[in-house]
Amino acid sequence: MAETLRFHYEVDGNNFTSAGAASVEVKRKLRQLGFDAETIRRVSIAMYEGEINMVVHARGGSADVYVDKDCITIILADRGPGIPDISLAMQEGYSTAPDNIRALGFGAGMGLPNMKRYTDEMKIETVLGKGTTVTIKVYTNGANKL
Amino acid sequence: MKIREIASLLGADVLCGESQLDEEVQSACGSDMMSDVLAFVKDQGVLITGLVNPQVIRTAMMMDMHCVVFVRSKRPTAEMLELAKEHHIAVLASCSRMYEACGKLYASGLGSEACANG
Repeated sequence: MAETLRFHYEVDGNNFTSAGAASVEVKRKLRQLGFDAETIRRVSIAMYEGEINMVVHARGGSADVYVDKDCITIILADRGPGIPDISLAMQEGYSTAPDNIRALGFGAGMGLPNMKRYTDEMKIETVLGKGTTVTIKVYTNGANKL
Repeated sequence: MKIREIASLLGADVLCGESQLDEEVQSACGSDMMSDVLAFVKDQGVLITGLVNPQVIRTAMMMDMHCVVFVRSKRPTAEMLELAKEHHIAVLASCSRMYEACGKLYASGLGSEACANG
């Protein structure tokens, strides 16, 4: 079996301008690895939403991406305030983002729902005052260069 | 519709992507809310927006779009244009308002047929 590829990124919580840079890099790598366009699109959109969430809500964090032939797993971990009510946070349209973030085109309450929409599995582990870890998985059709 | 025709219909300046003006695009979407673009848009080649920040270009990149049109005389920063050039996204700027720009393009045949999840 081919070895799992692992990529690690630090997401700067103080820089909204650079948010999404890691997702762009992952998208580029998946393209080089020969994954199909739909898989790449789903992974990169979900990760991008996760990155934006970390910058908006949690002052940044880290993203670890594991690439296997049949599955791409992304673990987004932050040390932010945690999510008090996960079911509420999963509702489309519910957002705690401040107005200045809405003015930047985000904070419509679509981040977590979008991550679920574009992935096959999603798990949220959160501890108030400690942080949140979101694990997402996208299964591939196995057609790639791994 | 070619990107060149979009520029012509909207009287738009081409800020980058001159070499892509003959690329064909099939559909477009208009929004100032990038969250909604990420949620509801699929297979659309053009993003029409009045929002100006680098995440507009990143959103277009994530959605594999070919062209971003800034309306209401909004001008992207040099940094945004660099990002767009690097990822082969043509950038246009028009003084049209969003409603007018979308109306002109729709009436000229650029639809919005593809929509993810309703």
